[in-house]
Amino acid sequence: MIEKLARQFFRFFLLLAVQVLVLDNIRLSGYINPYLYVLFILLLPVETPGLLLMTIAFAMGLAVDMFNNTLGIHAAACVLIAFVRPYLLKLMAPRDGYEGERPLSLQVMGFGWFITYCLLMVFMHHAVLFYLEVFRLNEFFSTLFRMLLSMILTVGLILLTEFFFFKTKSE
Amino acid sequence: MRNLLQLLWKYHFFLLFLIFEGCCVYLMVINNRYQSTVMINSANSFTAGVNGLVSGVTEYLGLRSENKLLAAENAQLRSLLPGAFYNDQQVMMTVHDSLLKQQYTYVSAKVIGNTTGKRNNYLTLNAGSLKGIKAEMGVISANGIAGIVKDVSENFCTVISVLHKDFHTSAKLKKSSYFGNLEWEGGDPQMAKLTHMPKHVILHKGDTLVTTSHSSIFPEDIVIGTVQKFEVRSGDNFYTVDVKLSTSFSSLSYVYVVNDLFREELKTLQKDLE
Repeated sequence: MIEKLARQFFRFFLLLAVQVLVLDNIRLSGYINPYLYVLFILLLPVETPGLLLMTIAFAMGLAVDMFNNTLGIHAAACVLIAFVRPYLLKLMAPRDGYEGERPLSLQVMGFGWFITYCLLMVFMHHAVLFYLEVFRLNEFFSTLFRMLLSMILTVGLILLTEFFFFKTKSE
Repeated sequence: MRNLLQLLWKYHFFLLFLIFEGCCVYLMVINNRYQSTVMINSANSFTAGVNGLVSGVTEYLGLRSENKLLAAENAQLRSLLPGAFYNDQQVMMTVHDSLLKQQYTYVSAKVIGNTTGKRNNYLTLNAGSLKGIKAEMGVISANGIAGIVKDVSENFCTVISVLHKDFHTSAKLKKSSYFGNLEWEGGDPQMAKLTHMPKHVILHKGDTLVTTSHSSIFPEDIVIGTVQKFEVRSGDNFYTVDVKLSTSFSSLSYVYVVNDLFREELKTLQKDLE
C-alpha cells in the first residue's frame, strides 16, 4: 500500500517536472506543445475514490498553471477529465471488468483499448485547455488545428512513455 | 433533511465537479485580465442593450426641443468661427521655451522568462516595484516595442508581450503619420496585423511604422516594424497590412521599461471623459 502510494507520488512529481522543465520549452514549428502530464491522471488506479481523484487532478493542473502563468486553465481541463474518467472507464470496461489491482497500462489493457482511452481523454483535456486559453470563437478553426496537432504529439509521447518507462512496473 | 442529504450524496461527484470548476473559473477571472474583461463586457452588453432600447424610444419624445437647442448652439458656434471676425491687427505670438522638462525615464531589465509559441505570450523581467516599475508601463527593446507591464512584485514583473491577444496599440507611418491599429493574430512571432489604415494612403513595402503620441504607454516614434504586405479586402475601406515586427521576440534578452512621468496627470484628466 505504502509502496503504491509512493509510486504515485513519484510519478506525480516526475511528470510535473518533465512537463514544466522540458516539454513547456518545446515548440515544434513554433506553437505545437505536448502536455504529457495528463498521463498521470490517465494512469491513476481504477478504484481511486472520486473526491481524491478530482482533488489530485486539480492539484496537478494548478501546479502546471503556476509555472505557466495561466492560473486556472490547466486546472479546469484536468478537473473535467477527472470528472469524466469514471464514466468513461465504466463505458469502456472489458467484459469481465477490471481485474482488481492491476494498473491501466498499455501492457495490461492492450493497445486498442489504451489508445482509444488516451485519445478520448486527451481530446477532452486539450479542447478545454485551448478554447479556454483563446476564449473567443472567431478563431475556432485555427485553434482546432493547433489543438489537434498538440493532441497527436501528446498521445504519441504518452505511447512512447508507456513503451519505454512503465514497462517494468506492469509486473 | 435526510432526503436532502441523500440527494446530495447521490450527486456528490457531479457537485464536486461543479465546485472545482467554479474554483478554476474564479482563479482564471481574478488572474487573467482578458477573461475578466470579456465577462464584464458581456454582462455589460446586456444592460447596455436594454438601456439603448429604452433611450431609443424616449428620445423621440424630446426631438422638437432638442432640435431648437442644437440650432441655437450652431448659431453660437458659427459666430465663434475665425471667418466671423475681422482681423484688425497683426500680432505675432512666440513662446520662448528655455527649459525642456523630462517626460520619460527608462529602467533597464533583463528578460528572465519568455514565450513566443502560445496564443498569449508573457515576458518576465528581473525588475520590480523596488526599481519603480508599475503596472501598465510600456516595455521596449533596442529594436522596437516589446509589451506592457501586467503584474509587479518586489523584484520581478510580468509583461504582456506584443504577441498577446490583449495587446493593441496604434501605429503610424513614419513618413506620413497616418495611423492604424496593431495587433497580433497568432502564428508567426515576427508578423503582426495592422488594421484601420485608410485605403487612400499610399503604402510601399518596407515602410516603417512607429508608435503614435496617442498612447500614454509608449513614447512617440519608437519603431514597431515594417510593412511586408498589404491589401484592401473587397468591400473594405481600410488596408489590412502584414507588419514584420522589428523586435525579435525569440531572442529577447535586455529591455527597457518606460516610465511616463506625466501619466498620472494624463490619466486623471482622461478619467473624467469616461
